[in-house]
Amino acid sequence: MEFFRKLFGGQVVKEVDTATTAPLTDQQIQSILHGTKAQFDLQQLVAASGQSVGKQRELNEDSLLALTATLAGNSGSLPFGIYIVADGMGGHQFGEVASNVAIRIVAGHIIRKFQSYLFSIKPSPPDESLQEIMQTAVRDAQKIIQTEAPSSGTTLTAALVLGQQVTIAHVGDSRAYHIYPDGRVEVVTRDHSLVKRLEELGHISPAEAENYPHRNVLYRALGQGEILEADVFTVSFPQAGYLMLCSDGLWGVVADQDMLKIIREAPSLQRACQNLVEAANTAGGPDNISVIIAQMIG
Amino acid sequence: MGFFKEFPLETQRITMPEDSNGDATPRRQLESGITLLKRYLIQDVIGVGGMGSVYRARDLHFPNVVKLVAVKEMINTAPDPLIRQTIVQNFEREANLLATLNHHSIPRIYDYFTEENRSYLVIEYIHGKDLEAIISGNDGFLTEEQVLTWGIELCEVLSFLHNHKPDPIIFRDMKPSNVMIDHNGEVKLVDFGIAKTFQFGQKGTMIGTEGYSPPEQYRGEATPLADLYALGATLHHALSRRDPRMEPPFSFEERPIRKINPGVTAEVDAVVTRSLQYNPEDRFQTAAEMKDALLAAAHKTGILSKVTTTISQANGIKPLWKFKCEDEIRSTPLYYQNTLFTGCYDNNLYAINAGNGEFLWKYPSEGGIVSKPVAFDDNIYFGSEDHRLHVVGARSGKVVWTYYTNGPVRSSVRIAEGHAFLGSDDKYLHAVNLNSGRAAWKFETSDPIRSTPFVANELVYVGNEIGDFLTIDFRGELKWRFRAKRAITSSPVIDKQLVLFSSLDGTLYALDHRNGFVVWRFRLGKGSISSPCVVDDIVFVGAADGFIYAVEARTSKELWRFRTDHQVTSSPAVYKDSLYCGSVDGYLYCLEYRTGRLRWKFGTEGQIIGSPLVYDDIVYVGSTDNQVYALLA
Ligand SMILES: Nc1ncnc2c1ncn2[C@@H]1O[C@H](COP(=O)(O)OP(=O)(O)O)[C@@H](O)[C@H]1O
Ligand SMILES: [Mg+2]
Repeated sequence: MEFFRKLFGGQVVKEVDTATTAPLTDQQIQSILHGTKAQFDLQQLVAASGQSVGKQRELNEDSLLALTATLAGNSGSLPFGIYIVADGMGGHQFGEVASNVAIRIVAGHIIRKFQSYLFSIKPSPPDESLQEIMQTAVRDAQKIIQTEAPSSGTTLTAALVLGQQVTIAHVGDSRAYHIYPDGRVEVVTRDHSLVKRLEELGHISPAEAENYPHRNVLYRALGQGEILEADVFTVSFPQAGYLMLCSDGLWGVVADQDMLKIIREAPSLQRACQNLVEAANTAGGPDNISVIIAQMIG
Repeated sequence: MGFFKEFPLETQRITMPEDSNGDATPRRQLESGITLLKRYLIQDVIGVGGMGSVYRARDLHFPNVVKLVAVKEMINTAPDPLIRQTIVQNFEREANLLATLNHHSIPRIYDYFTEENRSYLVIEYIHGKDLEAIISGNDGFLTEEQVLTWGIELCEVLSFLHNHKPDPIIFRDMKPSNVMIDHNGEVKLVDFGIAKTFQFGQKGTMIGTEGYSPPEQYRGEATPLADLYALGATLHHALSRRDPRMEPPFSFEERPIRKINPGVTAEVDAVVTRSLQYNPEDRFQTAAEMKDALLAAAHKTGILSKVTTTISQANGIKPLWKFKCEDEIRSTPLYYQNTLFTGCYDNNLYAINAGNGEFLWKYPSEGGIVSKPVAFDDNIYFGSEDHRLHVVGARSGKVVWTYYTNGPVRSSVRIAEGHAFLGSDDKYLHAVNLNSGRAAWKFETSDPIRSTPFVANELVYVGNEIGDFLTIDFRGELKWRFRAKRAITSSPVIDKQLVLFSSLDGTLYALDHRNGFVVWRFRLGKGSISSPCVVDDIVFVGAADGFIYAVEARTSKELWRFRTDHQVTSSPAVYKDSLYCGSVDGYLYCLEYRTGRLRWKFGTEGQIIGSPLVYDDIVYVGSTDNQVYALLA
């Protein structure tokens, strides 16, 4: 009752006559109390990653970046993370330049926008929307790749985790997954590859897609094209599940259900990543492999 | 365009330099004032492309007249000298070929030369604009007649190229930015595939432009039929204003022209559709054939002389009933137990039999009522400009209690957790206990609150007239705040993780409801006080620019917009597969909510300022002609 008085400015509550019209039922107060308490519990974002050049390539053209921040205090805590996978490509050594430029420029851009929010005494949120920040980050990277590594390109799957939301910028055929403990494995990005497009249109079957001769033709890549339209969207962080980003060196060779099994059975996120990379290498390791897994605890 | 992730190893070896020094060739543009070959005085950049820039230059060999030329620059980025040399040889061979072409739709090639790692082509200067600039520079659709005329001319020039002897010439990159319309309205084809010779190591894979190219060209096959597909894509873009580079490839079928631009005739649509068939066998087999089809469509419809007409409007719609009050209706009605309640500027709250429009009772407040009434436990709650929240028995029409604020109440009431939440022009957000009729708390803000609070997650969300958006917990304490540039009169709505509202600053905002981070912003043409509504992850909202917008909630992409003839202050309502929304132009619009296509519109004799309400297949809406209308949905 004491709490309730504080809650509603000293209004005296008489009998609770019906559940809906009473100011607040005991149950509702409990849920408020509970909810309030939960907000002050430290909610933590954790992440791990893995990478390998694979078994058949000499060059690693993949780049990845994982950055997790926890800032907690009296005003609560807000999970913050930047996760990026980029799979470079090009006729010469520019592929790895492109993917390296992509992860650094994109992450740098995001961090600069959140400088004040993260590191100022009086934090202020960025002026732009999260989706605008991701869009401009991609545009910056596009420009720089075109001058630093002309005629190369890279895929980019970048996730900005802020609170319970994940804002994703995506170009190419690296992927972001939501993986749930109940066994659901959902691809949240859309491959910008010719083969996927033909499959979407029903011109080839999933089985034909597996052996399609032009599997590696992308219709969108960072560094390519006059105007680049990245997919930018915001989804909820998978509740009680995992956010996974990876290059096609993983998803192209390890089946969804095997990935799920490996993650479920691993004692830690780090081990899960290592085991995923190993599984891809065991399956022949035809391409560079990169993976990042993030999880929300609390 | 299609881009190979891996290169054939041989290519890789040849083009791989020993070290990476100096590979990232500076691609600086020439400054104006520079003279090339002591002859071409660079004046300005007129285009920027993948391989270099295009400049306008003056040819100094004609000292007495100003002779302008276009100088197209191609930067040779190949690191290997041998490859570089091959590229220059290819370039010169192609330039020689182009110089022999004689057609009124192809600009003359005057000269070509190479300086260090840059090669140049000197071309007849076209006074005009490229088609891409024309499409995007126009607010509305280009006329069908116009596009058709250009389409026919483009077929002619393609036919000329494809019939070139000894070998056909494939244009390879048909798209709006490579088509210019000169000051006489004539079509000119610029940007021959020549520039593509500079894309070393990737020959056959980089030709064409994503979005406009047919499937086979993504696999590296450039054929006359591929040019025709790209021409179809260009016409599709010009008629629909939908840029295919923004869409997945081969998705024209998902954007039928006539759905987007109903002014286009079925005949023309059919020609474009045929040219965009997935299988080359299903398309036109020659440019001449496609030209004949365009001509036939033009004759059949008489397009080439006719002015396009706008959508026919089915206006045979009759209201089921209408009810006349004594003054303007600016608010939104409420349906409760077969009764329609509506506030009116004549100070009364009216109760009308929803079935037949018969008057039941009216309750007088002492000020105009612009807010939407709310029903709870057989009582009707509404605010009035007489500063009060009124609570009236739904059947009796008799006052139960009233609550005073210190300013006119224009916000509607939100009932949650035993409290009525409402804003007032007295700048306070009021939480009124339903049992006692007294304030549980008041939260002071810096400006009047006309937005209707939204309650969820044990928080109250509301905007005010200075542009603050506030989230207040049940103790009356501020949780977080966001500032828009102008007033937030629109009422927020929460959908999944987002809280959505529009502002007079011309933005539709989507904030993370937990912490106020702006997830996205969508620019409206003008300010808005219309409250968004969300269905199927689509956000609908009106704005003062007269448009009703549909925006995808996940991506903030516009799905469609529909133009009315005046401001849209009304908030859209979705029912089954239709969207209903009023406009100050006096009409109630019924649109297909997925496409924005007009189903019907109904004209009132005044303006529609409030929002429609749909219940049980009937739409109710008030107008400033003093009437409430009931229409079949
Ligand atoms: N002969 C010309 N006269 C005037 N403007 C031209 C001419 N050629 C090209 N342009 C302009 O420059 C732009 C780019 O030229 P283009 O030849 O298409 O180069 P790119 O290979 O870079 O696409 C065109 O879209 C057009 O606006
Ligand atoms: Mg061009």
